[in-house]
Amino acid sequence: MLATMISGRTLAQGARCESKMAPEFFKAAALCHLSENDIKELNINEGENVLLKSEFGQVVLAAKADSGLPQGMVFIPMGPWANMLVGKDTGGCGTPQFKGVAVDVAATDSPVRSIRDLFSDLGA
Amino acid sequence: MTESVMIKDAVCSFCGCLCDDINVEVAEGKIQRVRHACRLGSSKIMGHSRMQTPMIRKDGVLQPASFDEAYRRAAEILLAAKKPLLYGWASTSCEAQKKGVLLAEEVGGVIDTTATVCHGPSVIGIEEKGLPGATLGQVKNRADTIVFWGCNPVEAHPRHSLRYSSNSCGRFTEQGRAGRKIVVVDVRETRTAKNADKFVRIDPGCDYEVISALRMLVAGKGDVIVDTVGGALKADLAALAEMLKAARFGAVFFGLGITHSKGRYKNIDNALSLVADLNQHTKFVIMPMRGHYNVGGAGQVLAWSSGYPMSVDYARGAPYFNPGETAACDLLGRADTDAALIVAADPVSNFPRETAAALSKIPVIQIDPYENPTTLLSDVVIPCAIAGVEVEGTAYRMDGLALRLRKMVDSSLPGDEQIIAEIIKNIRELRQKAEGGA
Repeated sequence: MLATMISGRTLAQGARCESKMAPEFFKAAALCHLSENDIKELNINEGENVLLKSEFGQVVLAAKADSGLPQGMVFIPMGPWANMLVGKDTGGCGTPQFKGVAVDVAATDSPVRSIRDLFSDLGA
Repeated sequence: MTESVMIKDAVCSFCGCLCDDINVEVAEGKIQRVRHACRLGSSKIMGHSRMQTPMIRKDGVLQPASFDEAYRRAAEILLAAKKPLLYGWASTSCEAQKKGVLLAEEVGGVIDTTATVCHGPSVIGIEEKGLPGATLGQVKNRADTIVFWGCNPVEAHPRHSLRYSSNSCGRFTEQGRAGRKIVVVDVRETRTAKNADKFVRIDPGCDYEVISALRMLVAGKGDVIVDTVGGALKADLAALAEMLKAARFGAVFFGLGITHSKGRYKNIDNALSLVADLNQHTKFVIMPMRGHYNVGGAGQVLAWSSGYPMSVDYARGAPYFNPGETAACDLLGRADTDAALIVAADPVSNFPRETAAALSKIPVIQIDPYENPTTLLSDVVIPCAIAGVEVEGTAYRMDGLALRLRKMVDSSLPGDEQIIAEIIKNIRELRQKAEGGA
């Protein structure tokens, strides 16, 4: 399923953003919000995993239903999981385009990577 | 047990609202309870698991070190670098930021703030057009029409509506929410949108087009507008334009929905023009919803010391500013920096993956109270006391008002300002030694 990815603050993510290595931050930020119709289209249940791929990278996240999203738009709480999908180009103004990223979304059995695992290939 | 002390009207150091009515109960040197703060603020003030000991990477592993060893190693890294990046600064005091500018000048580095992955485009847009601004007090006391564009204060600035905007009661706004019209423009129906009188949903990346259409409608030139603009119906935009013109005092608050999307600073430029156009009809002001509590202060300190608000390059000996070239993500993106000092920020989490990966290829010094993904890639880690909780200092609210952060409890750890001062001292000593030996 093709979709547009946006990211941003949520209350749960914000309350845990200074304890990023704790399991509570994982629960708050390793999520992909989808419209109920998109969850149906992917033939998954809330809490099951989805694989998102963009031109720049890919990430597995747990699906969460969000009635505020239109069909074809996914929302990821800001943070390291969302940024796996964002490109480095700043368009000449210093700021990468964190929102409005074209992604392909599919159901997956792969697990969501922990925050440490996410950076293990960088020598962390 | 010692008696508890109630610290009254302290300033919350989480977001750009800088709520200054926080009551904190302290007993036995620990914060016991926080009153009036939102979930974000109380979580910050109550505290999380902390780093206690400095660390230096040896044989690929971070190992405990003394503060003096960490200061010395940090100084060596910065001295050896040709173009170090000094990044972060939004979640610390102006006093620490001021020392950071001195350090950048001393080592010929680039100093940049988290604004460049946040409201940096707003800063550029404001430089192009100027800001028809106001204080939050003016908005509270006068605004009868408030627009939230690409922002969701219910989750990002939870007490904004109660203290300054939608639900606040002021001198000419005694009725509070009942006397105001609230508009939300966004790509999704946020919790803020659910509480609005009017919600206009637009397509992602179409802010510029929608703002342009609104400008035409405000100017009475709606006949040139097509039926649907950026996902919004013309009729809906026409009704919105009339609503804005009918305001006695209007305020636009905008967020990262507009700065992080296609168009970036040009979206802000156009939004500022819309507000200038509205001022032909009535009184209208506009303000960015600043995220980190003192990202505004970092811009102020850099501006009064270097002349530029962010991304300041001292490598030439004099300050130079060119976002797109001197911003942290640009430098890392083209491998144009050979060491990084990260203060009060977590770029490894908050930068795009490829940009964050560039930090794994250069020496990194981290100054922060908490372990985070940036710690995992750091070579020197210096734990610090928390500004606004354990250290006092100055911070700027999102409207540019300077407020004094209080110290609520003691910490055995040094503050950011002290740590930067120690690194500068070590740099000077190492330089003197090198000159003496030459």
